Amino acid sequence: MFGLLRGLFSYRSFIATSIRNEFVSRFSRSSLGGLWMIINPLANVLIYALILSNVLAAKLPGIDNKYAYALYLMAGTLAWSLFSEIINRCLTLFIENGNLMKKMKFPRITLPFIVLGSALLNNFLLLLSVLAVFICLGHWPTWQMLWAVPLILTVAALAMGLGLVLGVLNVFVRDIGQVVPIVLQILFWFTPIVYPINIIPENLKSLLAYNPMLPLVSAYHDVFVYGLSPNFLALASTVALTLVLLALGLYIFRRAAPEMVDAL
Amino acid sequence: MTLLSAKDLGKAYRTYRSEWQRIARWLGIRINPREEHWVLQHINFVINAGEAIGIVGQNGAGKSTLLKMLTGTLQPTTGEVQVNGRIAAILELGMGFNPELTGRQNVYHAAGLMGFNAQEIEAFMPDVEKFAEVGEYFDQAVRTYSSGMQMRVAFAVATARRPEILIVDEALSVGDSYFQHKSFDRIREFQEQGTTLLIVSHDRSSIQALCDRVLLIEGGTVIKDGAPEEVMDFYNAIIAEKENATVQVHTLADGTVQTRSGSGEATIDSLALYNEADAPIEFVSVGQSVSLKIRVKVNQAIPELVVGYMIKDRLGQPIYGTNTHHLDKKMGALEANTELEYTFKFEANIGVGSYSIAVALHTADTHLNANYEWRDLALVFNVINSDKVPFVGSAWIQPTVECVQ
Repeated sequence: MFGLLRGLFSYRSFIATSIRNEFVSRFSRSSLGGLWMIINPLANVLIYALILSNVLAAKLPGIDNKYAYALYLMAGTLAWSLFSEIINRCLTLFIENGNLMKKMKFPRITLPFIVLGSALLNNFLLLLSVLAVFICLGHWPTWQMLWAVPLILTVAALAMGLGLVLGVLNVFVRDIGQVVPIVLQILFWFTPIVYPINIIPENLKSLLAYNPMLPLVSAYHDVFVYGLSPNFLALASTVALTLVLLALGLYIFRRAAPEMVDAL
Repeated sequence: MTLLSAKDLGKAYRTYRSEWQRIARWLGIRINPREEHWVLQHINFVINAGEAIGIVGQNGAGKSTLLKMLTGTLQPTTGEVQVNGRIAAILELGMGFNPELTGRQNVYHAAGLMGFNAQEIEAFMPDVEKFAEVGEYFDQAVRTYSSGMQMRVAFAVATARRPEILIVDEALSVGDSYFQHKSFDRIREFQEQGTTLLIVSHDRSSIQALCDRVLLIEGGTVIKDGAPEEVMDFYNAIIAEKENATVQVHTLADGTVQTRSGSGEATIDSLALYNEADAPIEFVSVGQSVSLKIRVKVNQAIPELVVGYMIKDRLGQPIYGTNTHHLDKKMGALEANTELEYTFKFEANIGVGSYSIAVALHTADTHLNANYEWRDLALVFNVINSDKVPFVGSAWIQPTVECVQ
């Protein structure tokens, strides 16, 4: 464990330049470059807003902004895009860097941290643009929005723990790489992002309670849309799960790291 | 000082009935693998500072696996590697280069991957830029580079700082010949400053020019560890070895080791150098006309016979070699108990020094087909300068001089 941290520390400038390089190479050779990272989720928001706002707008209590549904969508998208980006990239991380891992000696733990850093950077830019849209729609930022910082970190940690486990397993059992996107798709629709939670029938609500993203997305809604502080009680189980997954991810990573190169 | 030691090093690839069993094992459940495939086993050696070591072996012998374990990218299954110092490898030049980034950014990235921090990289960046000699391209995207330019930058960053151990894999051919010389000089320079070289190559001459010790890997273990000449001769013999063929190693009176191999259908009866008066000689003057006479005995009927010889210098580097296939004196089917005498007449236009001659009897144009007999160090002779102007080097290329004022 100590070795992992030491590796991370001594390779800190490598991690930093890698994140920067990823960012730079995304901007090169396409005129909008990294903006696509923001345009993509915002376009999704626009599509949902156009198609579903008339159906769902009436059922969003507690805010008097006429764009309430758009605000709600954006808050949820902010959380989900970070979660899915980290998981999707961790999933194929070791396979994509297989050649590098076979040829060069460097602390492998830097790879997921490069993903983490670059996903956080993207999400930060998305956050800024979401806030800009909020202001345009007449929804001014409140102090409660500072809760976003710990929330973002929790989403990132949860995704990182899960992503590490899945990424390592995917090296050995490639089916994982096919299954996970489907599961993520299902999970997306089982999380109240495009619909308010109160439209879920009572008998299904108990099922939703097992979704670890639910309390996080709800907290995003509280903080960004309703101007409330998050429901800490509901978040407790998710935070606990996050810690367990992180520990499991690091443990599996440490055990598997020597064998990964054999299998790649 | 011991720089690197391998103790009982071994690598096995394990397969399980299901990959899930492998995964269950990390969680502490004891499961035996279905199959263990040992690629390398019982590797032991110690490498000291300043040595230059060649690693040779046929394809699939386990050279790359050994190197990967030495550099640390592959975890050994048994035994351990101890390293005192930094290892740099010129294995895959340009590994991890991002085509969208500039040369400079890629150098940053690659050096970071090698474990240097920002200050260190900043410090050697001007040297890397100067050494790579790609001019303005250094600040342009790598995708606009020619492959030679990419190699230059990659070599420059791989050798930006002198490592304690430098691993070179065949890659001595870096870019154009100018840069090859330059990179070779840098490797030599490192070696003089105490860097240990580990060179993997099939090229006998570069191994013999650079190394003072060679490890021969065959069948997953080190079967020979010794002086380059001796090991390379043995290696050649193994390559030529066919069914029923034997490899014999004799230590000659002066302590050098002679390797003989072959299937024995035809054997070398005798060979010697003669002067123009047909008297056997051991000392040859530069430029003297000499005859190499080789007597061959055919023991069993053979379809074809080619006789080849190679003159090698003191370090075992080839000076000149040819055979009767190329000289158009190939013999067709031969009966058992035939005796043949070959006379190769040539001018010894070679420099002063000690030379050896290796002789081979085989079919077709190389000894890799049927190898009847291969004999290294079959004959040793000395070249002296008795009547020519003084000169250095291994070739006698007398010029005429003109000077205009």
